Amino acid sequence: METTYCDRCGEPTGTGTHDSCRAARQLEPPRFCTHCRRRMKVQVVPTGWTATCAEHGTLAAH
Amino acid sequence: MSTSSVSVLDRARTRVLAEGQGLEEADILEVLRLPDEDIPAALQLAHEVRMRWCGPEVEVEGIVSLKTGGCPEDCHFCSQSGLFSSPVRSVWLDIPSLVKAAQQTAATGASEFCIVAAVRGPDAKLMQQMRDGVKAIKEAVDINVAASLGMLSQEQVDDLVDMGIHRYNHNLETCRSYFPNVVTTHSWEERWGTLKMVRDSGMEVCCGGIIGLGETLEQRAEFAAQLAELQPDEVPLNFLNPRPGTPLGDQPVMDPKDALRAIAAFRLALPRTILRYAGGREITLGDLGTREGLLGGINAVIVGNYLTTLGRPATSDLDLLAELKMPVKALSATL
Ligand code: SF4
Ligand SMILES: [Zn+2]
Ligand SMILES: [Zn+2]
Repeated sequence: METTYCDRCGEPTGTGTHDSCRAARQLEPPRFCTHCRRRMKVQVVPTGWTATCAEHGTLAAH
Repeated sequence: MSTSSVSVLDRARTRVLAEGQGLEEADILEVLRLPDEDIPAALQLAHEVRMRWCGPEVEVEGIVSLKTGGCPEDCHFCSQSGLFSSPVRSVWLDIPSLVKAAQQTAATGASEFCIVAAVRGPDAKLMQQMRDGVKAIKEAVDINVAASLGMLSQEQVDDLVDMGIHRYNHNLETCRSYFPNVVTTHSWEERWGTLKMVRDSGMEVCCGGIIGLGETLEQRAEFAAQLAELQPDEVPLNFLNPRPGTPLGDQPVMDPKDALRAIAAFRLALPRTILRYAGGREITLGDLGTREGLLGGINAVIVGNYLTTLGRPATSDLDLLAELKMPVKALSATL
């Protein structure tokens, strides 16, 4: 199975619990790519955000 | 109600509510030390002071980061310092996106749009982006444009005035005596110097900071008194939202009761200033906190997201203002 990573702390999602990460993500954009663990380029604007991984593309919320 | 608190709130009623003068440092400290049962009375008095000296309007603002991350400074609370292992990466916002953010902010009814950059002070590239960005915003949308670009030279102050920047934000962050515990790459006095130049230029001065950095209550009172000495047009109050990877990443979120005491105390120190709820209110005070603050001396909010973290949707705050019968300050009233 492919390893996936927590988008807040960057650790593998299969290791440890990420409950506090999930709670924090209510008020934070993602920081790590879940596929490759790269730190993403994140731009927050008043009504949304975009997060870009050089390899896996851009996520957005508006 | 305890005897000492009766006296500090009574003194505040005369000095602050009736006469419009801020509390002295020793009394600010007493407010910060009020027992839990006196917090509602302190907030009520702070609300009366705000209504009397500022009126019922609430100033609504949106903020956006023009240049995020990679800052050479070491402010221990900041996820945008390039000196810590924070996950925040360096990124620039392009001008069309900047204009769009201003338009979306104006669409909420906000009168203020603040452009922020994570820098020690602006370089030529940033000043050029500002010149182009502010011009494009002014062509596209009616909104007051403010800026927060770190420490300035006199020439940069003059350039920002020329661009039509109406207010400049530069936070002292904390009191003078605690500042070296929080920042080592520049001094409190350097920040004060920029604020003086901004004041003399005719731009409005916006200066606040962050509560809950580990400062003592005495130092929190010292900070309020130092802000009162500066008399900023606006004071943004942030509550520490501990950021992963920063030196203050493990600092606990502050006690919500202490946050409410601070709101009341800062309003009683600064009866006439625009006291703005800024970052950390959601995590410190939860959904109810916005209401308590607006009924406890706060008369301005940042709506929507912050620079690197998210806020409540603008509609939640605007609905609450309507329910509280607090009108949003109109653009025409501020021009
Ligand atoms: S100067 Fe501003 S952006 Fe830079 S580390 Fe300090 S608070 Fe963060
Ligand atoms: Zn995690
Ligand atoms: Zn990726």
